[in-house]
Amino acid sequence: MEKELIQLVDISKSFDSQMVLDELNLNIHENEFVTLLGPSGCGKTTTLRILGGFANPDTGKVIFDGTDITRIPPNKRQLNTVFQKYALFTHMTIAENIAFGLKIKKKSKTYIDDKIRYALKLVNLEGYENRMPNSLSGGQQQRIAIARAIVNEPKVLLLDEPLGALDLKLRQEMQYELIRMKNELGITFVYVTHDQEEALTMSDTIVVMNQGYIQQIGSPESIYNEPENAFVADFIGDSNIIPATMIEDKLVNILGTRFACVDTGFGCNKPVDVVIRPEDVNLVEPQQGKLQGVVTHLIFKGVHYEMEVMAAGFEWLVHSTTLFPVGKEVGICVDPFNIQIMNKPESEDEEAVAIDI
Amino acid sequence: MTSKNKWLSTPYVLWSVMFIIIPLGMIFYYGLTDRTGAFTLQNITAIATAEHAKALWLSLLLSIISTVICFLLAYPLALILSNMKVNQHSFIILIFILPMWMNFLLRTLAWQTLLEKSGVINSVLNFLHLPNINIINTPYAIILGMVYNFLPFMVLPLYNVLSKIDKNVLNASRDLGANSVHTFFRIILPLSIPGIISGITMVFVPALTTFVISTLLGGSKILLIGNVIEQEFTQASNWHLGSGLSIVLMIFIILNMIASAIFDKEGEGSML
Amino acid sequence: MKNIAKHIYTALIFLFLYAPIATLMVLSFNASKTRAKWGGFTFNWYSRLFQNEEILEALANTLLIAVISAFVATVIGTIACVAMTGMKKRSRTILMGITNIPMLNAEIVTGISLMLLFISMGLRFGLGTILLSHITFNIPYVILSVMPRMKQLNPSTYEAALDLGASHVTAFFKVVFPDLLPGILSGFLMAFTMSLDDFIITHFTKGAGVDTLSTKIYTEVKKGIKPEMYALSTLIFVTVLILLLLVNMAPTKNKTPNYGG
Repeated sequence: MEKELIQLVDISKSFDSQMVLDELNLNIHENEFVTLLGPSGCGKTTTLRILGGFANPDTGKVIFDGTDITRIPPNKRQLNTVFQKYALFTHMTIAENIAFGLKIKKKSKTYIDDKIRYALKLVNLEGYENRMPNSLSGGQQQRIAIARAIVNEPKVLLLDEPLGALDLKLRQEMQYELIRMKNELGITFVYVTHDQEEALTMSDTIVVMNQGYIQQIGSPESIYNEPENAFVADFIGDSNIIPATMIEDKLVNILGTRFACVDTGFGCNKPVDVVIRPEDVNLVEPQQGKLQGVVTHLIFKGVHYEMEVMAAGFEWLVHSTTLFPVGKEVGICVDPFNIQIMNKPESEDEEAVAIDI
Repeated sequence: MTSKNKWLSTPYVLWSVMFIIIPLGMIFYYGLTDRTGAFTLQNITAIATAEHAKALWLSLLLSIISTVICFLLAYPLALILSNMKVNQHSFIILIFILPMWMNFLLRTLAWQTLLEKSGVINSVLNFLHLPNINIINTPYAIILGMVYNFLPFMVLPLYNVLSKIDKNVLNASRDLGANSVHTFFRIILPLSIPGIISGITMVFVPALTTFVISTLLGGSKILLIGNVIEQEFTQASNWHLGSGLSIVLMIFIILNMIASAIFDKEGEGSML
Repeated sequence: MKNIAKHIYTALIFLFLYAPIATLMVLSFNASKTRAKWGGFTFNWYSRLFQNEEILEALANTLLIAVISAFVATVIGTIACVAMTGMKKRSRTILMGITNIPMLNAEIVTGISLMLLFISMGLRFGLGTILLSHITFNIPYVILSVMPRMKQLNPSTYEAALDLGASHVTAFFKVVFPDLLPGILSGFLMAFTMSLDDFIITHFTKGAGVDTLSTKIYTEVKKGIKPEMYALSTLIFVTVLILLLLVNMAPTKNKTPNYGG
């Protein structure tokens, strides 16, 4: 990992006595693509606004490259933001929009012209200099917003749900574009979204947030494969979250049946939650399975079949390329390394949220 | 909803032709003819006579001054109001419309009471050991009356455009390195042009053409172009001359309308 | 510090706007007949008001004209809005342009143009001519209030109503009309207010012997305003104020603050 560029230290923030961030700590590295992921109201946008300087934390510090910038106004920070709904200056041409920050810094005309050309090329909108923002499509406006920010050569680009207003296909295209741009620019991206797929596709690091707390920080793979609690497991992808008891290291009792697993350190006879991804549930002949059940629902999803299997009083979600018709008796097997053990949520709050999402 | 309902527009089209278009045509008819019905430009050129030209000049002067004062007073206020956290858009409009429920003539007359030698304002000034003001029956009182009556028409369109500016646009400006002064002159002011134009129109036209405020606060000696036209209709009964002078007045109004059409294509500067 | 300055500035502007209103209210309790000096507190003018038939008649005229003209303007204006959405862009632009004329034109010009029209039509000047004029300048206020709502309207809801078997008329009244209602109501209120406060256009289109409050006050200016007029204005203003406060204090739909992500 490269060196640390930004540190958020014990950041708390509340609006009208409602706690939005509670003692948040986060380190962001140079050249990292960090995604703040969570449902609306989780504090991700507030975190970004504190980074950008648009909101002051009640307590805590923002350290940028070794200096405390907590009270530095946004116009003096070496970060630039790509805003939700673009926030382009509608009374200016595209070129004027892009040149805005450079003119403020009193750069020479040739420098500015070069930068505009470079930025428009980067975002694939060459020749749009004299168009007005409102004559552009949503996706194009989004690219201009990015161009306007990056010409200022920020060390960090903050992106606040930049793709939220685009349709699905365009959004997927832009995801690849953003990764390409980031690699070309070699700067840090801090990206806010509530879309878990977006987060998994683009990020080096995902920070899952809920109710002002960080739930888990990790690579997309570890967030997906090893969620630390039920909220993360449920928010990222489909999953079976089953209450269980850890009998001892590497042995767990799921719905009255003992399963081998790979996790250790949860203690003996301790109640836990286990996460099993639907694609990790293997359906076999009844007598070969550890649990026996009946298929209750079946949907064809293209790549696979989605089935629900009633077994041991729990409705299992199963993804499989093999078809098992409704009413068929099946057996369920799970490989040890596909059983992810999680501690029970500490507060009732977290549990409540995990359920209604 | 669908083109089948085209006939629905008939009542309004008929009404506007009957009571908007034809009456305006009548003004042009009367303005361009004499009492015998023959074509003449005399009613128009009459504006050049000393008495009329003086009245028009004074009207222009006072209305431009009032418009400028209204703008200078209203812009900061509209900025403050648009930054307030209250999402009560309608409430703010209401407090500016509320005074209209007290009769406009009485409200204007009340300024006489306030401005009198021994009136409330001078009492306050005395108390503060400041010089008294004696502007009743002067052009200053007319300007005051204009500003007082038309200020809401400047505030509301400005408030309307300013409160519609996306806060993130201002954040973007700060983010790109602009300080508050830059942000104001390069972003806020240009974006509020539709409101400014609409406000200017809403204040300038009634101020230019008023005859009531000058009658109530200016004494009988100060004649504005509105007073001249009014007298031609109600006292002198020379409708031809009155119409001719109205046509001259309309030239200024039309110029104003063109300006607002150019700068406010989307109708963003509307009052409501 | 900056905030204090802002508050003081806002307060001063409101003082400026409301000082004359406060003055009139004070005058309505002034025992002295001239407005120049304070002669002690009295309710006298309020009781005298209800014996002053001229003022009461002017009030009745004013209210009658305001209610009828606002109502007719609301009906015509709302229908026009519905019609305009189905029109071609060019004809719509032209009609909106015409709509703007009474708003942007000088009131004196509108007033005399209508006066010339009524003369040439040979109409007898009176309540009828005032009414026609007020409807004319009220329609644009209605259109400008209803039109934005009309544009926000989702055309699918109307089509959905048709699809579910409603006739065009039923679909309009059950689906479109409720959505337009806030705009229609505010248009009606604007029109009512404008009619009530109008002097200039009424001045040119009224006949001898017919007065609204405005024209009555104007003729009284030279002789001196009767204090009953202050009492009446105070009553009207306070009534409206109380009504508006009641409306504003009525429980509003849940407005939970919404913080982004």
